Amino acid sequence: MILIGERINAGFKDIANAIRTKDPAAVEKWAVAQAEAGATYLDVNIGAASRDPADMAWLVEVVQKAVPTRISVDSTKIEAIEAGLEAIDGRGVLINSTTADPGKLERIVPLAVKHDATLLGLAMDDRGSPQNVERRVENGAMVFMSAMEAGLPPDRIILDPILMPIKFMQEQAVFVLEAIEQYTNLSDPPPHISVGLSNIGSKTPERGRIIRTFLVMAMAKGLDAAICNVCDEELIAAVATAELVLNKEIYSDSYVRAFRMRQGS
Amino acid sequence: MTVEIPDVRKDWPHSINAVTIGATSAEGGTRTSTITIGGEKTLPFYHFEGAMPNPPVVAMEVWDVPAEDWPDTVREPFADVLDDPARWAKMCVESHGAQMICLRLQGCDPNGADRSPDEAAAAAKAVAGAVGVPLIVWGCGSDEKDNEIFPVVAEALSGENCLLGTITEDNYKTLTALGTAYGHKLIAESPVDINMAKQINILALDVGFPAENLVIFPSTGALGYGLEYVYSIMERLRAAGLKGDKVVAMPMLCDVGMEVWGAKEARAPESEVPGWGDAGVRGPLWEASTATVYLLAGADLLILRHPEAVRLTKAAIARLMGGEAG
Repeated sequence: MILIGERINAGFKDIANAIRTKDPAAVEKWAVAQAEAGATYLDVNIGAASRDPADMAWLVEVVQKAVPTRISVDSTKIEAIEAGLEAIDGRGVLINSTTADPGKLERIVPLAVKHDATLLGLAMDDRGSPQNVERRVENGAMVFMSAMEAGLPPDRIILDPILMPIKFMQEQAVFVLEAIEQYTNLSDPPPHISVGLSNIGSKTPERGRIIRTFLVMAMAKGLDAAICNVCDEELIAAVATAELVLNKEIYSDSYVRAFRMRQGS
Repeated sequence: MTVEIPDVRKDWPHSINAVTIGATSAEGGTRTSTITIGGEKTLPFYHFEGAMPNPPVVAMEVWDVPAEDWPDTVREPFADVLDDPARWAKMCVESHGAQMICLRLQGCDPNGADRSPDEAAAAAKAVAGAVGVPLIVWGCGSDEKDNEIFPVVAEALSGENCLLGTITEDNYKTLTALGTAYGHKLIAESPVDINMAKQINILALDVGFPAENLVIFPSTGALGYGLEYVYSIMERLRAAGLKGDKVVAMPMLCDVGMEVWGAKEARAPESEVPGWGDAGVRGPLWEASTATVYLLAGADLLILRHPEAVRLTKAAIARLMGGEAG
């Protein structure tokens, strides 16, 4: 399972403050905590706290000094993504993200090729977020084709069918599950499939439970990546258990421990 | 019409840990050579697919007491040395090509000779003094007694980087601590059970013992005695390790002689089973056949008893590694 740690994001106050004051302490703290929890990638996002691409480079550098974990450069702005990629010290990197918008694909796919990066593509286009299965599949396929044509192997492509809050758009979750299944048929081997997991539990008192349950159901459909709170022990235990049920991991009594050992590399 | 043959070679993302046993004087020990096992980047002998940098190794078994219950076929070659582990070990290395010696401290068995930890250590020191190859030291099988023996034996062989065993799910804390304190590698044993094979490794790692210092012993069955169960477990462990499950990416050991020479097919004299042929030929063949099957399952280290089985198995390894039979 590819676990992308979501916490170094300027949407959180401590990270926004860190960017503003250039005090690395909060960023370092979350880099270490998420790496120890088994994150495959650490997402870094300067969000609305900054318009300066140099801030993305600063975040990347702080994280790189703190841990050896791979980094997910997360921005909707191409300039910020570029600045993040330029700061990468040779470790594995994920571009988070492109959309299926041809104008965006044209600019971001070559960046993935140039920087040996993995590319995460959202199933959105210039019309906004998809509201049904068909649009998700169409947009996912669009990203996939563009990336493949540029020479990225399926293993370096991650598709995100766009998960929405269940409280406000309850019908969408089942569309996401269906889209995940269809993504697995795009190629053999298939691309990786991820969601922004925390979205589904937004503004609900049962957040953790909703997130965990959806994740397990989605894994049964073929989800093999997630941007999530990797420090949530119950969530990680659910992932470990789902991998066991899917026969991806040899059973042992301490299988959750084994999963953490495996992830933490 | 041409038929296109698909390229089925796999590019495994991970490799099996390489484990080095023995330490020369430069490394703080007194061995004249060291042995490295594991390190595979592919399935056993898939040379067309990936590297298998270290050929499997054959160790010969020596006991600290004369091996009374070994059948005559396998006692005869050692008849003059059975009462002296040092000379026995020396004969295995110098006359029969043993690449390692496995000293089994059977004499410490509380239901047998019940020898003391000091006697066990003396035997271990004597063997270490007699041969230069790396050593395996195997307990007597009683957890309680092994936990008394090993503190003394592990210290006596301090710095020699031996392979000690075994640790099990019920008994691993003493030996993992000793392995760390005195610089030895360990054998992680499980009873023909892939889940427990993984569990014992996790337990060892959890107390801080390095994954790179473990060798998996998934139990061994002689040909005709559950060999295929062990075989399938070894296959699955190896594939999982190559796929990236680091908790099982260890080299594997098979205790072949111990099992084979307990089997009727290897033991029984021809007088008892007319038609089975000369036990002196049959026994070693049974041992070599069992060993060869385990090579194909991914065994990195085989412990054998009979010199002829050792010769045949080493020849099989040489051929499987792409060389000429020795």
